[in-house]
Amino acid sequence: MVNRTAAAALVTCATLMAATGCSSGFDSGTKTEQDSSSKQHLTVLIASSGDAETKAVKDAAAAYAKESGNTVTVDVAKDINQQLAQSFAGHKPPDAFYVNSDQFANYAKGGSLYPYGDQVKDADDFSEQLRTSFTYDGKLVCLPKDTSTLSLAINTALWKKAGLTDQDYPTTWAQLKTVAAKLTKGKVTGLVTNGEWARLGVFMKEAGGWITDADQTKMTADSTQNAGALTYVQSLLKSGSLKYANQVDTNWGGEALGKGKAAMTIEGNWLTGGMKADYPDVKYTVVPLPEGPSGQGTLAFSQCWGVAQDSAHQAAAVDLVKYLTSSAQQVKNAAAFGVMPSRTSAQAEYAKQNPSAKAWVDASAYAQGPVTIAGFDKVLTQFNTDLAGLATADPKKILADLQRNGEQALAKGE
Amino acid sequence: MSPVPPISPMPAEPAGGTAPAVTGGGSTTAGSPSEPDAPGGPGPAAAPHAKPAPRVGRRAEGVWGWLFVSPMVIVLGLFLVLPTLMALWVSLLDWDGQSNPFSGQADFVGLDNYRDLLTQDGLDRTLFATSLRNNFYYVLLTVPLQTVLALGLALIVNQRMLRGRGALRTTFFFPSVTSSIAVSTIFLFLFQGSGAVNTLLSWIGVKGPNWFTDPRGVLSLLLGGLGIVDPNRPAGVLADHSFMGLSWFEWLSGPSVAMCTIIALSVWTTSGTFMLIFLAALQNIPRELEESAAIEGVNRFEMLRHVTLPALRPVLFLVLTLGTIGTWQVFDQVYVMSQGAPGNTTLTPAFLSYSAAFGDADFGQGAAIAFLLLALILTMTGLQRYALRERTARPGRKR
Repeated sequence: MVNRTAAAALVTCATLMAATGCSSGFDSGTKTEQDSSSKQHLTVLIASSGDAETKAVKDAAAAYAKESGNTVTVDVAKDINQQLAQSFAGHKPPDAFYVNSDQFANYAKGGSLYPYGDQVKDADDFSEQLRTSFTYDGKLVCLPKDTSTLSLAINTALWKKAGLTDQDYPTTWAQLKTVAAKLTKGKVTGLVTNGEWARLGVFMKEAGGWITDADQTKMTADSTQNAGALTYVQSLLKSGSLKYANQVDTNWGGEALGKGKAAMTIEGNWLTGGMKADYPDVKYTVVPLPEGPSGQGTLAFSQCWGVAQDSAHQAAAVDLVKYLTSSAQQVKNAAAFGVMPSRTSAQAEYAKQNPSAKAWVDASAYAQGPVTIAGFDKVLTQFNTDLAGLATADPKKILADLQRNGEQALAKGE
Repeated sequence: MSPVPPISPMPAEPAGGTAPAVTGGGSTTAGSPSEPDAPGGPGPAAAPHAKPAPRVGRRAEGVWGWLFVSPMVIVLGLFLVLPTLMALWVSLLDWDGQSNPFSGQADFVGLDNYRDLLTQDGLDRTLFATSLRNNFYYVLLTVPLQTVLALGLALIVNQRMLRGRGALRTTFFFPSVTSSIAVSTIFLFLFQGSGAVNTLLSWIGVKGPNWFTDPRGVLSLLLGGLGIVDPNRPAGVLADHSFMGLSWFEWLSGPSVAMCTIIALSVWTTSGTFMLIFLAALQNIPRELEESAAIEGVNRFEMLRHVTLPALRPVLFLVLTLGTIGTWQVFDQVYVMSQGAPGNTTLTPAFLSYSAAFGDADFGQGAAIAFLLLALILTMTGLQRYALRERTARPGRKR
């Protein structure tokens, strides 16, 4: 028996060592040597919203390849967060890739992103809030590929039916409350939106509060402004003129708007594509969100073009990203799959081509960028969970929990 | 090495964990307890009792034996033992998944990941405790229900007099062969607020809840209905005491309405598989045994109680064990249907492990959750084995 155990142990050890030795992907820690040849091969990983986006990125990459002499392969990820995590662990990441804002800080903290912001001369053209979101350790790490902001979308037929006119578009919280109550009748709810920070956060912003301070170094969740915002939302929920999308059997505000279950919703410019595809006959108009106690406020979302620290083609990859985020290309993308350019200069052109999207374009001037703090995913998920129960909960307690959870994540991330 | 989310194998597959899972420590357990513990059966232990062969011959035999099993040993070692050990190491690190965890680039933090989950007051512990509570109720309801249902179905389709047995067997088995992702999606539609289930309920005058957005625990609803506690504002002993960051009231609130639909789903999908196992065992019961019992004049219930069930004991253990392991690892239904929502009431340790690792890039904590789950499953299986052990001293069996 002793022999057998020894043999088993020996085999296990041999297997362990063989496997560790074979896993070439796991060694290193040394700097990747840069390829300096004139014809390089670049790999790009994107998380596409659909065929239109895939085609637009592939076409742009092909045009770049023709111009530069490099070759580019574009792959579409099924689950980009997981695929990137695996490739970073194996030190074989794609050269350039989409980075979701909720993962940005994790990657930047892990040293997987090559900060190339200082190589972009006209970086100021990108909106300041988004640059702040994609800055880590004082360095602009990556460029926002496009952006989207939130505005108030209104079903015009339901609006007229309630006896409201263009003069009645709400510009204050009080007006919003009035029209929402007026619009709520039968199966129609005045305002329907998802019960999550990425929608309800606009009220925190309008009240003059936010989850963190401007540099994302301190939690400011338990401020009186935030409490005021959530109390206002709670009063709408209690009156029945605001419902969460899942309470009316829909997945998002656009669906509720299209199905006529909502007269108003808070959504971003992706609404255009969604309505065109699913509810082409429903007329709607987009107006700026009403002002709160501290003026206008909204949220902006974005993904950025990351370049891998482990890439052997950093220079070429940065070159490619500059090409893909150029003003001309962003306008093309906007036409192809309906995203909003992240460059201020391109936004003017975009607004000219899409007059109905004016509210979204204007909102980017005062929009709050996404929270990008390492390990913050679960904190915000928990916040969403709490917001889902806002109707019967104590807003102060929700914010106090957010404050505490966020402080713990910040402390752990340092 | 590729970290794969712990997509829990359906209980239908006894050999289970094919995925080399960093986070799914649980899947590695599926292999060992799957062998039914047939008491008194001829096991491998029988060999040494035979008359020992000459020494040289035995050694050669041993070498040949190892040679023949080596492919399996290597495969198991490479894809099961090795990843498990790696994951165990990762669970002691503060690893973000972007460096080599075996080169010292990731901070060694000892038992910190476990401490965060078990003793340190904070979000991690609250979430872990919540997931344990949810999964506990899930196991508590799913395992007995699916076992009883499977046994009942097996008894029905085992009747020799039954017409259309083949068709019935196929029908009952059908949910098990359907993809759990597809079934979950269908259930999402069925249980919508204005879905088919609520429409059916409305015919008999019942206003169904909005199943997947209802975070209220059914036990707390029951207590609220009896007027013992106000579910919205719990007070008194239950609210004042807490364990692992959850108040007693939260521990006792029971599975949420949303969780109940997931329970219904898994009972429905897995009972077919277990029916098959019971059926095979039922057909193994010697006909003579039943006939002689019939001659003694027992009725059907006595037959079931004193003849059939005792004969099924090893299989019952197998089904309960597989059921417990499968239910503690529930992942795919949660991933598709709810992702932990509403109000974290469908959060399970397996899903929490996934989201900690891939959502928060905290692979150390993800691995730690997986190992706590592994310990839990081993304990549960051990308890079950103890409860279902052969009690030879029982007088009733000697007759």
